[in-house]
Amino acid sequence: MEELSKHFLNNNRRHFLKKLGLGIGGLAAASLLDPFNSVSANNIPDELALKLPHFAPKAKRVIYLFQSGGPSQLELFDYKPLLDKLRGQDLPDSVRQGQRLTGMTSGQDSFPLVGSQFKFDQYGESRAWVSSLMPYTAKVVDELCFVKSMYTEAINHDPAITFFQTGSQQAGRPSMGSWMSYGLGSLNENLPTFTVLLSRGTGRPNGQPLYSRLWGNGFLSSLHQGVQFRSGKDPVLYLKDPEGMSRSDRRKMLDHLSELNHKQETEFGDPEINSRIAQYEMAYRMQTSVPDTMNIDKEPEHIIQMYGTDALVPGTYAANCLLARRLVERDVRFVQLYHMGWDQHNNLPTQIEKQAKDVDQATGALIMDLKQRGLLEDTLVVWGGEFGRTNYSQGVLTESNYGRDHHPKCFTMFMAGGGVKPGFTYGETDDFGYNIVKDPVHVHDLQATIMHLMGVDHTKFTFKHQGRRFRLTDVSGHVVNDLIA
Amino acid sequence: MKTENNNKGWKLIAYFLVPFIVVLLFKYFIQSPNSVYQDIGENNASEISNKNKAIISKLPDTVDFIFHVKPILSDRCYLCHGPDEGTREAGLRLDTKEGAFAAIGEHLDKYAIVPGDVESSLLVSRIHSENPEQIMPPVASNLSLSDYEKQLLTKWIEQGAVWKDHWAFVPPQKKDKPKISNPEWATNEIDFFIAKRLEQEGLSPSEPASKEKLIRKLYFDLTGLPPTIDDIDAFLNDTDSNAYEKVVDKVLASPAYGERMAASWLDVARYADTHGYQDDLERVMWPWRDWVISAFNKNLPYNDFIVWQLAGDLLPDASLEQILATGFNRNHKITQEGGVIDEEYRVEYVKDRTNTTAKALLGLTLECAQCHDHKYDPISQKEYYGFYSFFNKLDEKGRIEYNEIPKPNIKITPKEVEEVLSFVKLPDSVKAVNLMVMKDDAPERKTYLLKRGQYDAPGEEVELQTPEVVLNFSDTLPQNRLGLAKWLFSDENALTARVAVNRMWQQIFGVGIVSTSDDFGNQGALPSHPELLDWLAVTFKEEDWDMKRMFKRMVMSSTYKQTSKVTPQLLEADPDNVLLARSSRNKLTAEMIRDNALAVSGLLVNKIGGPSVKPYQPPGLWAETTSGQGLTKYIPDTGEGRYRRSLYTFWKRTLPPPSMLTFDAPTRDFCEVKRQKTSTPLQALVMLNDPQIMEASEFLAKKSLKSNSQSDEERIQNIFRKITSRYPDDKEIEELLKYLVYTKNNYEPANSDLSQNEAPSVDVYAYTVLTSLIFNLDEAVIKG
Repeated sequence: MEELSKHFLNNNRRHFLKKLGLGIGGLAAASLLDPFNSVSANNIPDELALKLPHFAPKAKRVIYLFQSGGPSQLELFDYKPLLDKLRGQDLPDSVRQGQRLTGMTSGQDSFPLVGSQFKFDQYGESRAWVSSLMPYTAKVVDELCFVKSMYTEAINHDPAITFFQTGSQQAGRPSMGSWMSYGLGSLNENLPTFTVLLSRGTGRPNGQPLYSRLWGNGFLSSLHQGVQFRSGKDPVLYLKDPEGMSRSDRRKMLDHLSELNHKQETEFGDPEINSRIAQYEMAYRMQTSVPDTMNIDKEPEHIIQMYGTDALVPGTYAANCLLARRLVERDVRFVQLYHMGWDQHNNLPTQIEKQAKDVDQATGALIMDLKQRGLLEDTLVVWGGEFGRTNYSQGVLTESNYGRDHHPKCFTMFMAGGGVKPGFTYGETDDFGYNIVKDPVHVHDLQATIMHLMGVDHTKFTFKHQGRRFRLTDVSGHVVNDLIA
Repeated sequence: MKTENNNKGWKLIAYFLVPFIVVLLFKYFIQSPNSVYQDIGENNASEISNKNKAIISKLPDTVDFIFHVKPILSDRCYLCHGPDEGTREAGLRLDTKEGAFAAIGEHLDKYAIVPGDVESSLLVSRIHSENPEQIMPPVASNLSLSDYEKQLLTKWIEQGAVWKDHWAFVPPQKKDKPKISNPEWATNEIDFFIAKRLEQEGLSPSEPASKEKLIRKLYFDLTGLPPTIDDIDAFLNDTDSNAYEKVVDKVLASPAYGERMAASWLDVARYADTHGYQDDLERVMWPWRDWVISAFNKNLPYNDFIVWQLAGDLLPDASLEQILATGFNRNHKITQEGGVIDEEYRVEYVKDRTNTTAKALLGLTLECAQCHDHKYDPISQKEYYGFYSFFNKLDEKGRIEYNEIPKPNIKITPKEVEEVLSFVKLPDSVKAVNLMVMKDDAPERKTYLLKRGQYDAPGEEVELQTPEVVLNFSDTLPQNRLGLAKWLFSDENALTARVAVNRMWQQIFGVGIVSTSDDFGNQGALPSHPELLDWLAVTFKEEDWDMKRMFKRMVMSSTYKQTSKVTPQLLEADPDNVLLARSSRNKLTAEMIRDNALAVSGLLVNKIGGPSVKPYQPPGLWAETTSGQGLTKYIPDTGEGRYRRSLYTFWKRTLPPPSMLTFDAPTRDFCEVKRQKTSTPLQALVMLNDPQIMEASEFLAKKSLKSNSQSDEERIQNIFRKITSRYPDDKEIEELLKYLVYTKNNYEPANSDLSQNEAPSVDVYAYTVLTSLIFNLDEAVIKG
């Protein structure tokens, strides 16, 4: 310790910095970390390496349509006629291979296989399989890039959703949108970079909860927190001026505020004050830009019809899809939508019908709407949940009723636009719809691929926290090049 | 030099690339310096050598291992050449002296580092290599060294490669305060250490802050609340030489001190009112929170404060209070999600206790050794589970049922609460509660190393153990948590006192002497004032871990009392104020921002303790995300609960109070010892439109208007003083008056409904928005 002290005394820090050739001004301007630490050579290379994007991006914006609860791939996209044939028979051990079950079905005496109650057909030039639950989605399959071979590590909702959104099952890491906001910054000056939209499904209205940590900034600056856009009077928390205050009143107030803050800045010399003044200006612009974005009065009738009349009901999935389009149209970088209610443990046939109806038309409309505006080219749309569902029935299988438990070993997601192959299906599961037989895609692979499409090398994009360089993809993940157009 | 290096480097590189015999032959034939590689070097020779010269001229005269070298080795090399044996490459270990100087290579005839011999040191040739297959760190690691860093490492070896142990693991020594040229400036020892460093840097301390600024800062730092006008006036009018000390003593004795300190400790303890996973059900832990307040207010010594929390239940004849204190390590999250595997989550809870204890009390990122040996610090995975085993003796469940109170717990009646915590006056509505505590009621449970950190992959059995690099666990200590607690406070433990005083320093000065207050390991920052840190640490021990005395020393220092004004020269010399040639303009915390508005307006209900309360929160937030189970709807309190201090606000972990998160409060998912400091547009929106701030503005406006005899100037001055703790100057009054006149002239009562009651009068409206403006001044969210 004594030597350490001596050392400080013998080394003139300021000279040292100048010697480094960076100059302190440069350090401060680039908002590098504590220049004192920089002297110890701890942080410079990382921060300077954050020159993003790493290469030309195919997607500038993302709309992530998260289907919370775990949609059944077997009723929607992964057609398994064998399950109809073997209906009621027990899942063979040779297929299960000791796979961990949740506590909800591990106690069952039998695991009766069950196929989809809903008819499948092939659509489009790509001949993609889609069930009768998703007629509108079926119409746009030639825009879609299906991944039938998704798999995850988690089998319960909380860790599984957290894993999808943050790359880790345990809380504390930044959300994908936060990473993108941190790494790529904003494309506009009037709206937040990372926005969040929530809707509740009608299939199972009281299904699984959501947690604000899913759009949390983790160890990144809270500047990168997801900003929830809500239906109702105050679309962004605390956005609305108090009743009775006009815009010109607010402007006037901010002008005086700015005047007084500038005076402080002159007196105290703290550059942080200027940053604060700038944040107030951004807040002021948001007060106009957010309601403008939310206001769909000027959307023509045919657009409303396209998304479905639910689009007129604030807070529905359809309304949020329309809003998502309006957000990316205004160059919001990352729109994270969550639709709850896909957790069909029991009464699957009746629940999933409603649940699919919630999302089908608006999802299809969103993709076509983006396309007709030329936005699909550089906007990536992602659709999917946190895991799949079992090929056997949870609870008693009757003629018209069954349920399905969580299944992490395979499930289907799809993407569109933003540089992915249109009309393409990737990966395969076995005839039982239980195991992946071709081209498995791990959650970290998907994350790596999404980042790649955004021009980011997921292995190089790190943030040093508590001495360790963290990545969205933790220590794994491979870009799935076959998905990229 | 460069050419020679290249040549030598090439030979060594070849040595690794080509089979041994070939290399020998190769070496035999190529003895002359005219290798092909020299030509390559010559292409850019002049450019490179000029660049190198420039870099070399910038190197420090003496390259220091701790200060210059280890940060580079740790950050860029330890991933593959560090403590983790599992991923160690080429048998080379650079985190220990033995490893760094050991023979390596197939025939153990090569050395990474040969002191004084640059040419024989493989480390040098490999970091300078221009061969992508050879260069260190490898291309695939995405890590690299700058030219400057390469030369720094080279020069260190050239100068003899003097090795030193990691500073934080060497017990602190108390040195005499240094001599300084201006001892009159100093109030106490702190100032000598600060001034000495400033002198060395050619800087001098700033002038003292105004009395108004000083008292404001002091109040926020020690009570979390602003001073009242009376407090300020009394101080301004007190001309005694010890006027400030009187205020300090008063503040330290006020009950608000305990609340302020508790608010910080709740982050460390990841305190919340819900279980935190999935449906996030309610739990009752507030009696523990109230115990924390009381412990601070009683000035319980830091060692007792910690020993009780870690192992109060194991103390001889443990009192109810000591058992209550152990709630600390039950504040972790607990799941009720259907279908989870019990053991998986039980293991998570034990890990959480382990990680929290290490981070909060030792400043170690022990959690990095859960799945493998630590990558940066010499802590093995086995040691992790040895530490873990202290916390692995509870008879607890991984998954609880809805409405189940997790075991172990104790029942505590309101009467008992009031007895233990004398200041708490509970409303009659409060019934007996069951409170989670620590209890080793599964003493027979064995602990195994968990491979990859997985609950279902047990490896070898491990015994109670502490990291050797810190201090071995002694056989003479009780072989349980109490022993661990005593181990923390044994004289040879180099970390506990340093970590504690550093966090206290962080609380008062904004940034710790070690800025990474959560990491004192190899990847952590170096102390800005090492001797001061040690002086404080040893003094803290000598003074029997007296926290109030230590805080008093900090706030009494001349260093603390400086102004926060900064000149452009000083800003350039030290933009982050590491050297403390001035005060930092530290922001109010999330709690302080709201508490300030409540306090200055007169809305604050200043009661201590009791069940958590639900103040205003935008409607619908819980309802939008709930599954229909548990806490489905946020129903704000109607009475006093709306106006209590923010540390009593109900904390739902999956959806914490939104304005608190906006102002950088952590989620309380796990232990945090340091908050972020950001400035965002969402913060501006909260300050402009949060009904709580508006209500405070209106309340304060109406109070100001009560007196008819006051002029507008006087009213403005009064409001301004309350919110900023200082008199406005003429220009400020003029500016605010202009705004007042504008709002009065432009008021349209038909539309005005600030508080959802009848339309306010023009005066109330104008004064309310004026007050709101003052709340939004930068100064209003700054301590001093």
